[in-house]
Amino acid sequence: MKRMTHRLRLTVLGLALGAGLMGTAQAATEVTGAGSTFVYPILSKWSSDYSQKTGTKVNYQSIGSGGGIAQIKAATVDFGASDMPMKAADLHALGMGQFPSVIGGVVPVANLPGIAPGTLKFTGPVLANIFLGKITRWNDPALVAINPGVKLPDSRITVVHRSDGSGTTFNWVNYLSKVSPEWKSKVGEGTSVSWPTGLGGKGNEGVAAYVKQVPYSLGYVEYAYVKQSKMNYGLVQNKAGKFVEPNAESFQAAAATADWSHAEDFDLVMTDAPGEKAYPVTATTFIIMYKQPKDAARSKAAREFFRWSLESGQSQANALDYVPLPADLVKQIEAYWGANFK
Amino acid sequence: MGDLIDISAAAAASPPRRVRTPRTRRLSDRTADRLFLGLTGGAAYLVLIVLVGAALSMAWGGRLAFKTFGWSFFTSTQWDAVAHQFSALVPVWGTIVTSLIAIVIAVPVSLGIGIFLTELAPPWLRQPVGTAIELLAAIPSIVYGMWGLFVFVPFMAAHIQPWLIDHLGTMPVIGPLFEGAPIGLGMLTAGIILAIMIIPFITAVMRDVFLATPSVLKESAYALGATRWEVIKDIVLPNSRNAVVGAIFLGLGRALGETMAVTFVLGNAHEFKWSLMEPGNSIAAAIANEFTEADSDIYLSSLIALGFILFVLTFVILALARLLLRATRRAGSEA
Repeated sequence: MKRMTHRLRLTVLGLALGAGLMGTAQAATEVTGAGSTFVYPILSKWSSDYSQKTGTKVNYQSIGSGGGIAQIKAATVDFGASDMPMKAADLHALGMGQFPSVIGGVVPVANLPGIAPGTLKFTGPVLANIFLGKITRWNDPALVAINPGVKLPDSRITVVHRSDGSGTTFNWVNYLSKVSPEWKSKVGEGTSVSWPTGLGGKGNEGVAAYVKQVPYSLGYVEYAYVKQSKMNYGLVQNKAGKFVEPNAESFQAAAATADWSHAEDFDLVMTDAPGEKAYPVTATTFIIMYKQPKDAARSKAAREFFRWSLESGQSQANALDYVPLPADLVKQIEAYWGANFK
Repeated sequence: MGDLIDISAAAAASPPRRVRTPRTRRLSDRTADRLFLGLTGGAAYLVLIVLVGAALSMAWGGRLAFKTFGWSFFTSTQWDAVAHQFSALVPVWGTIVTSLIAIVIAVPVSLGIGIFLTELAPPWLRQPVGTAIELLAAIPSIVYGMWGLFVFVPFMAAHIQPWLIDHLGTMPVIGPLFEGAPIGLGMLTAGIILAIMIIPFITAVMRDVFLATPSVLKESAYALGATRWEVIKDIVLPNSRNAVVGAIFLGLGRALGETMAVTFVLGNAHEFKWSLMEPGNSIAAAIANEFTEADSDIYLSSLIALGFILFVLTFVILALARLLLRATRRAGSEA
């Protein structure tokens, strides 16, 4: 027995040594990135698959979108990732470019006992008024009018929002600003805003936990959380007037119908997209890079990584409840690379 | 736990005595002594330097916020990252209110446990209960937070808050403190969780102090025919009054800075509300929530300024505790 463990130990040591040697031989290039927490799961999955295939390692730190922008500005990383696009003018001034990477959606979730997931319907202005604190009860006439046949309770709506700054919040309030002039003037948009009402949970999981704990609450979380934790989500009416279920098709429809061709440097938030089937609160994470980086080889390796992810990383994205970009948009991104990056 | 050790050490410390070095002592011994003094002294001074450094760097980091907003940083209730308007009133209020609730609950309970364990409990019970209380102190605060959110919040929402709102919410004067919807989260819930967290700290100090009551005094009182209650009321408590107050302040200091547990159950809303049923915010929770995505200079500076305010608040509390403890020691040496 003792001899066996000894031999086992030797084998393990040998394997470890071998792996170490192979590792050093393969790690020809290393790419670093930092930013949005939203893309972290899919980026780390892609990077592990990609490094097995090509040997290029991608180290990504999910420090938040604001941190990602700060890090790429300081040129301490090869790419930054932000849920909020940078302004085209700022990108020009800094010599940077950006492109979308993967799609997700922000979905209203409610705690309403006795009402099945996917039956509640919201319009943009109604959501804005709830989050403004103007609609305070579930049986408000405005809610009843768009939810015929649903027995809405006579209870106070407890609004749940994010307490930390977040790209999820940014996309949510960006949508509310687009559909409600009052929201735009009173609250505005940003990764964290001055909420007129409600309580704040930390992270998607914090909001999800509060919504589950507090009866008759209404919050908003990333689509992946809705799917994984089977929450009671609602449909949102889009620009074309249709109530749309949040899912891969409706997110892709939003990405496909958003007006990218007129957006310089992809500086576009694709909420409130015009398509018939488009889900109105669809979001993406933008990858930000220098157009003429100090270390061109690493930057090129980073782009190769994203080329591979956009072209052949769909199955991993689907498995993790992300939605890959539509093929047309991928072509536009690759054309943008060719025209702008060295 | 550092604070606790500190207290008993402070109580035991006697003024340093000068030891005369004998002539016969070897030179190497003296060098070793000096080296030892240098090392330990260096460690002690290092703490001071770090403390002053931390305070200065926080004041420096918050200077932009203090300069931009002036006194309105302490009086306004706005916290708006879009309009770049920040102020400390809501988180400072939340910090103080939750800590006070915690103290109001924790002090009588700790006092009861302390007295029971030292004076009334049968000896076989003292050790296990004492250990259990110390174990409570070892639970990480995030566990308290999760327990609070998943177990205690639904309980508050279903049983405690509806009763409070129905019965106290309609009363004059204190009514506004108990108004609102029973959502389970909020200042009161956070205060109760904090109370559970600081009870072991306060209890441990109280137990040690009660045990330190000279048994001659207690036995004399019993000999004179005093009851147990009279011994506790007239001998034990007066003898340890100042140390007890010191222990309370140490608990308060801990409650002020508690972050994770509070973040889970406080509701993190930057709104000023009188009601204890409503969500609020605390300094530590605001910093923990918002630091990573504070994307403008003034936002970051405001959060650091909040940290500085908490530092000053805690420092004042601990300084008060220290003063009270010193008073105890003086009273003790006079007796």
